Amino acid sequence: MKIIAAIKQVPERDAQVRIDSAGKWIDEADLQYAMNEPDAYALEEALQLKEKAGGEVIVLSAGPERVGQTIREGLAKGADRAIHVVCDDLASRDALGVARLLAEAIKAENPDLILTGLQSEDLGLGQTGVIVAELLGLPHTSLILQVEKTDSGLKVKRELEEGWFQSIELPTPAVLTIQSGGTKLRYATLMGIKRAKTKEVRMVNATDLGVNAAPVVTLDAIMLPKKQKSTQILDGSAKEAAAALVEKLKFEARVL
Amino acid sequence: MSVLLVLEERGGRISRTSWEAAAAVLRLAPANEVTAVVIGAQTESLANEAATKAFGKVVRVEHPLLAHYTSDGYCAALHQLIQKESPAYIVFPHSYQVRDYAPALACRIGQVLIGDVIDIADGPVFTRQFMQGRLNGSYRHAGGGPCFVSVQAGAFRPDVPDIALPDAAGATPIEAFAPSIDAAQIRTRPGEPFRGSAQTVDLGSAQLIVSVGRGIREAENLPLVQDLATALGAELAASRPICDNGWLPMERQVGSSGQSVAPKLYLAVGISGAIQHLVGMKGSQCIVAINKDPDAPIFEVADYGIVGDLFEVVPALTETVKASKS
Repeated sequence: MKIIAAIKQVPERDAQVRIDSAGKWIDEADLQYAMNEPDAYALEEALQLKEKAGGEVIVLSAGPERVGQTIREGLAKGADRAIHVVCDDLASRDALGVARLLAEAIKAENPDLILTGLQSEDLGLGQTGVIVAELLGLPHTSLILQVEKTDSGLKVKRELEEGWFQSIELPTPAVLTIQSGGTKLRYATLMGIKRAKTKEVRMVNATDLGVNAAPVVTLDAIMLPKKQKSTQILDGSAKEAAAALVEKLKFEARVL
Repeated sequence: MSVLLVLEERGGRISRTSWEAAAAVLRLAPANEVTAVVIGAQTESLANEAATKAFGKVVRVEHPLLAHYTSDGYCAALHQLIQKESPAYIVFPHSYQVRDYAPALACRIGQVLIGDVIDIADGPVFTRQFMQGRLNGSYRHAGGGPCFVSVQAGAFRPDVPDIALPDAAGATPIEAFAPSIDAAQIRTRPGEPFRGSAQTVDLGSAQLIVSVGRGIREAENLPLVQDLATALGAELAASRPICDNGWLPMERQVGSSGQSVAPKLYLAVGISGAIQHLVGMKGSQCIVAINKDPDAPIFEVADYGIVGDLFEVVPALTETVKASKS
């Protein structure tokens, strides 16, 4: 199977994000980046499928030059090669604009399967994979925890709400968006990191893909969330704060 | 101007989140300009339930191939309905099912879903969260054509009187719409839903819950929070990553993919408060957060907070609770 794993580079989970001076986006100076976690699971699923059924895993990512680092991480974990859609204005494109870039880059490869995380940890739109499927005219299903190859295509385990699941069968080629936690993530080995340096990363300029970048939906401003409740912060040493909390829970909130 | 409101079924009734989406729709248009849509193979009882409210009309989108949800079936059916009705807005509850097909449906007509919206202001300007709930963004629909919106669970309260949907005074008209769908169009074959494993703990009825998140760092550290839960006589729960790692069983997971809880006390230890977690617990009577990051979104819903190292605060709290009980 030829599998494309579409991954996104996002600010590290614990990174302190600040609003930039224009109030339109986050301040990217000094930010540390990492592979989007659900995408890491999509890549893992791709690598495991290849190990079972043979084939090739291609990492695909769109973004500026810094994305190269996350692509190398994917190669170090075992992907065979990569496509980097070089794009400096990713944040100003909407979900359709980004999906068009990815779909255009995927077309030429004619893969059997496209895997991506169910959502990104930065924008959290949770749409890219589903739109890519629509643009390519492929069947899809989302929130997938397990993928099994069958004679006629795929059998997948889909997460529903409130602890329910469902099996779905679908033909290939197909697009699946992967939920975190369905399998264990591997680490890159030293040998893998070494090999990654020699693997092919094809650079494609977003502007050369000839897709419409005009957004249908625009992000006008970003801001800190309004607090939904007024939180009483209890100060002091751990011991003092703990004592104050128990006091409050007993006599103010009356829940103990 | 007209609005399509796509309602979802849960256990034979219109889902709670669908009614919340209905409350949100009133920010865009008065109820009599809203067309409520129910979808399935047999939709009579859902349509009747929807018609108890003062919608402009209710449309039953019915076809044998819509008996079970598939993205292909729903996209084909709703695409045809949109062509017929030419709505200005199409509004959904932000459910897992909607996430599976609404982006594709929007794309089919060159549109983009504004998903997981928590507020709608004049403009309209839609607010949604990002960066794991640390920031809000204001979004606008820029192009022509219908605007697709999905509404986050819990963001709009249909039981609050001033935003409540009015009851129907007379009979709300119910129309039938029969989309043409061919079996070959439906490419996925869904199976019956099943439960992951037998439930042995019912977090939903627990009065006190101590819940643990990524901040605990390693499975070896879990006894720290277990001790606190034991001292309080509370159930132990967790955010998704803890259960993904297998440190606690899935049935103890709180959030959109786990259980929804509303105890008297919800004590969140080392949980940053991603949206998916908050929707499962923000109805709790009293919320306490212990986290080292003062900007963690969990503090937005907390009544009491301790900003500090959980490895110091939790043992101190356990001792205090024990002492206060003896």
